[in-house]
Amino acid sequence: MAEIKSNMAGSVWKILVEPGEQVTEGQDIIILESMKMEIPIASEQDGTIAEIKVNEGDFVNDGDVLATIE
Amino acid sequence: MLKKILIANRGEIAERIIKTCSRLGIKTVAVYSEADKEAPFVESADEAYLLGGPRVQESYLNSAKILEIAKETKAEGIHPGYGFLSENAEFAKACEAEGVVFIGPSPKVISLMGKKVESRIAMEAAGLPLVPGISRPLKDADEAAELAGQFGYPVMLKASAGGGGIGMQACSTEAELRKAFEGNQKRAVMFFGNGDMFLEKLIEKPRHIEIQVLADKHGNTVYLWERECSIQRRHQKVLEEAPSPFLDRETREAMGKAAVEAAKSIGYSNAGTIEFLVDEEKNFYFLEMNTRLQVEHPITEEITGLDLVEEQIRIASGESLGFQQKDIVLKGHAIEVRIYAEDPKTMYPSPGKITNLKLPQGTGIRHELGVTSTSHVTPFYDPMIAKLVIKGRTRGEAAARLEEALAQYHVEGIKTNIPLLSEIVAHEAFKSGDTTTDFIQKNIVKTNTISS
Repeated sequence: MAEIKSNMAGSVWKILVEPGEQVTEGQDIIILESMKMEIPIASEQDGTIAEIKVNEGDFVNDGDVLATIE
Repeated sequence: MLKKILIANRGEIAERIIKTCSRLGIKTVAVYSEADKEAPFVESADEAYLLGGPRVQESYLNSAKILEIAKETKAEGIHPGYGFLSENAEFAKACEAEGVVFIGPSPKVISLMGKKVESRIAMEAAGLPLVPGISRPLKDADEAAELAGQFGYPVMLKASAGGGGIGMQACSTEAELRKAFEGNQKRAVMFFGNGDMFLEKLIEKPRHIEIQVLADKHGNTVYLWERECSIQRRHQKVLEEAPSPFLDRETREAMGKAAVEAAKSIGYSNAGTIEFLVDEEKNFYFLEMNTRLQVEHPITEEITGLDLVEEQIRIASGESLGFQQKDIVLKGHAIEVRIYAEDPKTMYPSPGKITNLKLPQGTGIRHELGVTSTSHVTPFYDPMIAKLVIKGRTRGEAAARLEEALAQYHVEGIKTNIPLLSEIVAHEAFKSGDTTTDFIQKNIVKTNTISS
């Protein structure tokens, strides 16, 4: 199980995947929004999304876990 | 002249506008979001009213509430600053309907220049050269490949709804273009819900040079020289200077005259900026027109001695320009850097609490500030917290002053791009005036993690 973490403070703009979905390395999982920038967060590995830990509109801090992947 | 103005903006630009209003004896009304309760501009204005929550829809884009406050406070005009409602034709129209002066051009002109395709057609009709491209969405990858063959590679593929570099890609071969088309269209649909793609010829080693124009409501239009804004990250400006180290007098005047003609042809009034791409042979091509005050307007003020906010207010009040083209001086050299709350390496936003702020002082140094030494920089708005504007008699003097000033500019508690700015200014390529739009990629960053 690996964690996909936020790399900055901001809000969750869009969630692009669902639990159970197959993803590949480099695929965008979530788009964060901070200071008028939309920043896609990509998966660092191939796998299946186990859990999405945030909702669209949530505020997240640097290092917060956004999703888990297995 | 207008006696009371509401400022529909925040941060450094709200402060900037208040400063000129105070000097002219104009009363000011600030509006602010909950996130900006403690912001310096709220304190500086004569009156201040809470708009709503931190989100821009509840605050700085809440046009109905802003107009309501304008009416209640008997503000005669609204200055929109840049961003937010500044290029919103509907808002300008609503102001007109409510009898409040919108400090900017007419809604019709804002609407025309805000449309990618229509503005290109209007500017071409006004005689401005355009970068070869297509003015309607591409049908498919085959059509993209066919057109690219006509324009010649490299080409630039752009998502219609894209912004901040997302959905934009340069392609140098047909295979690359086909792959980029599929990928970017998918991304554009996912991000923006609109997969329309455009294509144009890519101008190599381009510079981004813009002409400032001022037009009153009586048919007088002048240009205030140019600003060179080539140094950008993620297609956003980082450092601007005036005059451009690249232009000669002939090109400068040709661009200025072309910009004035273009502004006249669409019935432009107030301050506006025509952005051009300039290639290595000094050919210039129309990019877009910004129908508002620009972030980098101070460098034009430094070389011309004019106050652009004052001119905007006078024009909006119905006054004629107090000068002609031949009266506009170009004296010295000015450079502006934008201080962003962001990691200087990854360029990711870095909101947080400022714990210390020390500003350089000295000859030729001007500050435009949106924060204090105790401000909380929130993630809700643009990362720009301040601008540092430097003037010198020559480019060399201005650059040397800037390098020194940056070394003495201290912000603690949050990360800023000051190290990046210092690196830019110290670079040989900057010193020699070799400033093309790929400056940062080419000379500074080798590992930018943000896709563009």
